Amino acid sequence: MTGDRRYGAIVIGGGHNGLVCGAFLAKAGLSVLIVEAADTLGGAARNAEIAEGYVAPACAHILHLLHPQVRARLKLRRHGLRLAARRLPTVALDAQGDHLTIRGRHLEGVISDDDVRAWRRLRRRLLRMAGALHPFLGRVPPRLGSDSWRDRLMLIRLALAVRRLGKREMREFLRIVNMNVADLLDDELSDARLKGALAFDAVLGTNFGPRSPGSVLTWLYRLAGEVGSGRTGLAIPQGGMAGLTEALAASARSFGADIWTGTAVKRIVVEGDRAVAVELESGNVLRTRAVLSSADPRATFLNLVGPEHLDTGFLRGVRGIRSNGLAAKLNLALDGLPEFTGLDRAALAGRIVIAPDIAHVERAFDQTKYGAYAAEPAIEITIPTLHDASLAPAGGHVLSAVVQYAPYGLAAGWEAHRDAFADRVMESIERYAPGLARRIVGRQVLTPADIEREFRITGGHWHHGDLAADQIFMLRPVPGWAQYETPISGLFLCGAGAHPGGGVTGAAGMNAARRVLSTRHGKDAG
Amino acid sequence: MTAGARHEAPLLKTPFHPRTAVLNQAKQWGRWAGYATVACFTELAHEYFAIRHAATLFDVSPMKKYRISGTDAERYLNRLLTRDVRKLRTDRVAYAVWCNDDGKVLDDGTVFRLGEKEVLLMAQERHLAWLQDSAFGYDATIEDVSEAIAGLALQGPLSCTVLKAMELDGIAQLKPFGIARFDLSGTPLTVSRTGYTGDLGYELWTEPDKALELWDRLMAAGALYRLTPIGSRALDLARIEAGFIQANVDFIAADHSVRMTRQRSPFELGLDWMVDFDKGHFVGRRALLRERETGPRYRLVGLDIEGSKPAAGALVYYGRARQVGLVTSAAWSPTAKRNIALATLQAPFADKTDGLWAEIYVNKELKWEKTAARCRIVTRPFFDPPRRRATPAPDF
Ligand SMILES: Cc1cc2nc3c(=O)[nH]c(=O)nc-3n(C[C@H](O)[C@H](O)[C@H](O)COP(=O)(O)OP(=O)(O)OC[C@H]3O[C@@H](n4cnc5c(N)ncnc54)[C@H](O)[C@@H]3O)c2cc1C
Repeated sequence: MTGDRRYGAIVIGGGHNGLVCGAFLAKAGLSVLIVEAADTLGGAARNAEIAEGYVAPACAHILHLLHPQVRARLKLRRHGLRLAARRLPTVALDAQGDHLTIRGRHLEGVISDDDVRAWRRLRRRLLRMAGALHPFLGRVPPRLGSDSWRDRLMLIRLALAVRRLGKREMREFLRIVNMNVADLLDDELSDARLKGALAFDAVLGTNFGPRSPGSVLTWLYRLAGEVGSGRTGLAIPQGGMAGLTEALAASARSFGADIWTGTAVKRIVVEGDRAVAVELESGNVLRTRAVLSSADPRATFLNLVGPEHLDTGFLRGVRGIRSNGLAAKLNLALDGLPEFTGLDRAALAGRIVIAPDIAHVERAFDQTKYGAYAAEPAIEITIPTLHDASLAPAGGHVLSAVVQYAPYGLAAGWEAHRDAFADRVMESIERYAPGLARRIVGRQVLTPADIEREFRITGGHWHHGDLAADQIFMLRPVPGWAQYETPISGLFLCGAGAHPGGGVTGAAGMNAARRVLSTRHGKDAG
Repeated sequence: MTAGARHEAPLLKTPFHPRTAVLNQAKQWGRWAGYATVACFTELAHEYFAIRHAATLFDVSPMKKYRISGTDAERYLNRLLTRDVRKLRTDRVAYAVWCNDDGKVLDDGTVFRLGEKEVLLMAQERHLAWLQDSAFGYDATIEDVSEAIAGLALQGPLSCTVLKAMELDGIAQLKPFGIARFDLSGTPLTVSRTGYTGDLGYELWTEPDKALELWDRLMAAGALYRLTPIGSRALDLARIEAGFIQANVDFIAADHSVRMTRQRSPFELGLDWMVDFDKGHFVGRRALLRERETGPRYRLVGLDIEGSKPAAGALVYYGRARQVGLVTSAAWSPTAKRNIALATLQAPFADKTDGLWAEIYVNKELKWEKTAARCRIVTRPFFDPPRRRATPAPDF
């Protein structure tokens, strides 16, 4: 069966990037359909009901990277986006109960003046570098060896951005960019809690430990994203992550986009070497002028397109994308507010990090190299119900924990070990929050293997593919194909697997839409 | 094989080595895919003339042989190669090239269709990784069976006569590029009417432990017909006359090149006829479509060069000053009685009917002399006897 209507563009996946992309295309006048396999929109940024009346952020729980142009151009505020909390402090837990609160440049708690000063200096310097990188997150990466003025201009801009830092800062940038974050922090700071929490920031969502070379780059990358969120800092949307997703969907619909949920794409139909339609799992075929996939690159090319339409070298690249996730999620439904030793209600409302020192994070990472999960993981906790009571029944609370490290390919297999893993995570948290287990009325555990299955993300990877020097910018998702285009005419990538990667940024979706609109596939709407 | 410096690693011996080693009077050995192969047994002229006037044996065992099997064998090959493999029937052989994503040639070789789901791909260079990576998503198993198959090329006007003397029934009826199966005292013997000499000829394939028996029976059957073992130098002369190109001689295999600009597309090698854009996708197709629009940068051509001095390595000029290409293979052709060469020219000069010159360097008793010889672009092959195609194969 063939649908009678031919869309200007069909977007595969209604995660936040798919929605952003669809909205931008619709805004430009294209007839757009967004198809999402799950019954709910949002992808890794959606809500999940984990016990009756308890709504948790399924994966992502902190909004801190949303690209400012996404927010402004898609008029998200008008479409209902409200922040329940902004500028969350980071509370670095300490085994002795001597917790440290990081509020931007300010440090609160018992800490030496030297460290206070050193942190301000380091932060200022890192933010300057991040500021220089930020503009590139919102742009289509250039093509090397190309004759186009657009590509050349971008390369010149990149060189200028680094140059504009000034000679000293540029030299410093080049010095640290390939370093590991542990060495950098050890050079600059002495406080164990501070270094632990910062090292955790640098490696969150990556396949790195603090001693992995390149972990300064991933930290700078994260900071570059945060530069764009300006004064809202680490935020939690009203209504949970779904608050963002619903605003995005409303925006897309206001521009005329159709959105179908519970509709999985089985295949991208290639005819005459062009992507001309998508075939749904139901068997329906929907014709279109352009297909944009926010499914990860491996799923897109290996499953939806298929090797017969692709070249061996390109497939080598795609199959070589490292996309095994290391981050897991534990969501708890609680019958009351949990108690953390030494934290008052205000501190509980922050972003709580269990990474008491660098060695803790590194040790947790080490074990994954041998196919085991971390016996004592590094953990990031939020309690969204402290900001938005509507997410739980009266008096109840939700605790959302991102847990590193849990390797996708657990040697012993996840099916038999999921609960034991969750128990270890509980133990780790209970060390700081005794009695937490007694409050549990519901628990959801998502290992990377679960994330792969439930969110259709190959390897369950945070970024749809590692962020590392060899897989970013002009090299993302594979060298030679960083412009959201693919070898198949009319097929584009628009998800986290493309530049600038994952996190709830919307940048990939926005950049991809712009790219499409600059090609003939974006002309001649309908 | 143990790791170590290349010069320390002993060359491997082919299954025919016990015979070829004894006959190799000139003691000239070459290296091919890790094997010792004979460059010349006695004397070049003697071996060459046996190719064109009698019958010759050349050991092709070092050839890399890849067995491709599975329900998708045909689909797999059709995506790998630039030509349409669906047209290749069982028991037929085809010449083929394959490209990387950029449409640059990785190698050329021959495809032996042994059945619906079984094909042998033979090539001079190693390609297992590329072939296996290309099989991702296909029901096709790729095995390197190089060591499981011993091969001999039997070439020359009397080659069919020799096989008849060996009592291979019906061999004269075998068409060019056909495959026939026989029995060698209980072991399968596969014969294909293929070769690298551009003459009447066959290639014989069997299991390595039958190699010596095959050799001995051929030599016995050929005794009357001056069946002569030949080395690679005589073969090279014959293949230049036949106009066949050789990887890493007439072009650099794309995966061997250090400089991107040295890579060549099928169009640039004059193999336009091998590229089938209508069969669906194949590796390199998109790049080749673009090249079809912009036109190739180079063309590989046959040259007929004035005089008799072989022009190996000669620079080709248009007029006196403009350097436009390079000779990659050259020889005085004893049979065509012409001074012939294969050359790569910048594309705009590959249509010139006039004005091309080869700058030939000759070392005359420790003195280099440079001569300019007028050359003409001619069609290949330079030598093309009717017996090469005649069926039944002629008897002499
Ligand atoms: C445990 C965890 C915690 C995280 N925490 C944070 C955080 O706190 N803050 C943050 O900024 N980022 C966080 N991230 C990262 C962030 O969630 C992701 O990078 C981001 O959501 C990716 O968005 P996307 O739209 O590109 O892809 P996705 O969210 O993966 O969306 C892709 C969508 O496509 C759909 N799809 C796939 N295949 C098909 C098909 N064949 N047919 C139809 N639909 C299909 C999927 O169902 C999915 O909905 C976290 C990630 C993980 C795993």
